[in-house]
Amino acid sequence: MSVPLVPLSDLQIATRKELQQTGGCAASSCGSKAGSADMDPATWAKVKDHPCYSEEAHHYFARMHVAVAPACNIQCNYCNRKYDCANESRPGVVSERLTPEQAARKVMAVASKVPQLSVLGIAGPGDAAYDWRRTRATFDLVAARLPDVKLCMSSNGLALPDHVDEIVAMNIDHVTITINAIDPEIGQQIYPWIFFQGRRRTGLEAATILRDRQLQGLEMLTARGVLVKVNSVLIPGINDAHLTEVNRAVKERGAFLHNIMPLISDPAHGTHFGLTGRRGPTAAELKKVQDSCAGGVNLMRHCRQCRADAVGLLGEDRGQEFTLEKLPEVVEDAPEARAAYRDWVAEERRDRAAAAANAEAAVPAPEKPVLFAVCTRGSGRVNQHFGHATEFQIYQADVGGIRFVGHRRADNYCLGGQGDAARMDEILRVLADVPHVLCARIGDGPRKRLLAAGIEAIETPQDYIETAISAVLSTRNARNGRAAQRA
Amino acid sequence: MALKIIKSQCTVCGACEFECPNAAIKFKGETYIIDAGLCTECEGQFDSPQCVAVCPVPDTCVPA
Repeated sequence: MSVPLVPLSDLQIATRKELQQTGGCAASSCGSKAGSADMDPATWAKVKDHPCYSEEAHHYFARMHVAVAPACNIQCNYCNRKYDCANESRPGVVSERLTPEQAARKVMAVASKVPQLSVLGIAGPGDAAYDWRRTRATFDLVAARLPDVKLCMSSNGLALPDHVDEIVAMNIDHVTITINAIDPEIGQQIYPWIFFQGRRRTGLEAATILRDRQLQGLEMLTARGVLVKVNSVLIPGINDAHLTEVNRAVKERGAFLHNIMPLISDPAHGTHFGLTGRRGPTAAELKKVQDSCAGGVNLMRHCRQCRADAVGLLGEDRGQEFTLEKLPEVVEDAPEARAAYRDWVAEERRDRAAAAANAEAAVPAPEKPVLFAVCTRGSGRVNQHFGHATEFQIYQADVGGIRFVGHRRADNYCLGGQGDAARMDEILRVLADVPHVLCARIGDGPRKRLLAAGIEAIETPQDYIETAISAVLSTRNARNGRAAQRA
Repeated sequence: MALKIIKSQCTVCGACEFECPNAAIKFKGETYIIDAGLCTECEGQFDSPQCVAVCPVPDTCVPA
């Protein structure tokens, strides 16, 4: 079943008014959608620079996580906090743990070098609300020095209701709660124990307390105007059929966005699920569950499940450039660079919105949906060499317009200029159903291999993604028209 | 009567430090240690030792 999504152009602030006139847009858009009935200007103002809350913002803005709160009050069967590897990229993994002072210094260093930085998050390992003293100390230090950087945190929810007043007072306007189940019968298969009010609790009691505290925290925060995103880990055989219920329950309580992400499971990670052979879902299974939540809370489809100490745009991690030992003693902030960047983004957004609207208007919608894989480093443009792409943004063109529908990871096959045939196989596998690849440049070898697999590579350096797609569609139409005439 | 932390198993998450009602747990060097002079095993304070209950790794906070 193909689900109606919101055209990318509708995510632009410029088109919000028109959207409201047409009664909003389809439910299962990716990330936030400006302009729908449930998104007022104040909300848009909060999310427009937050890459994890707005699909549109993730083209422009960078986030960073600092791992300052390692203690946790629950155990999840998909988590092993002991495991750490610099080459691993997944939630809960960090290379170094920081004190609040070290973390603040790191944030300052990143802010002075990465003008795209708009958000600081505390997202584990451990629980930011349980390890509240360190979370709070870090946010206080950063807020005093970098008032323009937004603060966000994520939590399992158990300790969250205790800190709502402080969260509001400290201007933390984005909170993520991980809710994997609202039925304790299912929850007890995910959480072996929780630590609550001086005791370790297990089984149904633990799952019930956790569920009640999560929903209470969600209600308290949304009542105070804090935007809450709910994360759910899709665990096949445990909560796959249950997540529509979770989606409904969190929608009722005012969640802004629901991010259903796949279980990452590997015996080498030492997690309970990994060791007991519980597998992660396939991309198709994930999409099916996401699609089944249509009509509920907006779904986030651009999540990259980044490391808990990631730095940079989504899909990129510059964390290794900013390890503790590489930080300068004294950091000079460069707020004017960030301000200039934000001005540029505002202009670029207007420009891109107009380009996208033109692009969609320029060609008739294809009868059948057409998929495009885009190589991009951000800014909504085709601006990456095929050989440097470690992931592809997937766009779909159909009667609803041209819009982002997800991303697919593939290992970077280009190492030191030498193409690696095995990685190219992986790219061909993940792009099997995608007829067109848009990139800034591509070598002859890869181009031929793609072509042999029925995938056309097209170089459209620096074009806006929608403009490039529109141009390809119009070439296709012309080609098909000629073929029809000959026939 | 006191508990100790098995260093090789400790993840250094620090949860025990702020659950300890006697402030007996401190971060020293690269690990957390329990001051045997201060540890009461939570006798008379809680049903069970707090560090044992909150520790994410089984059999890491054990009788010394």
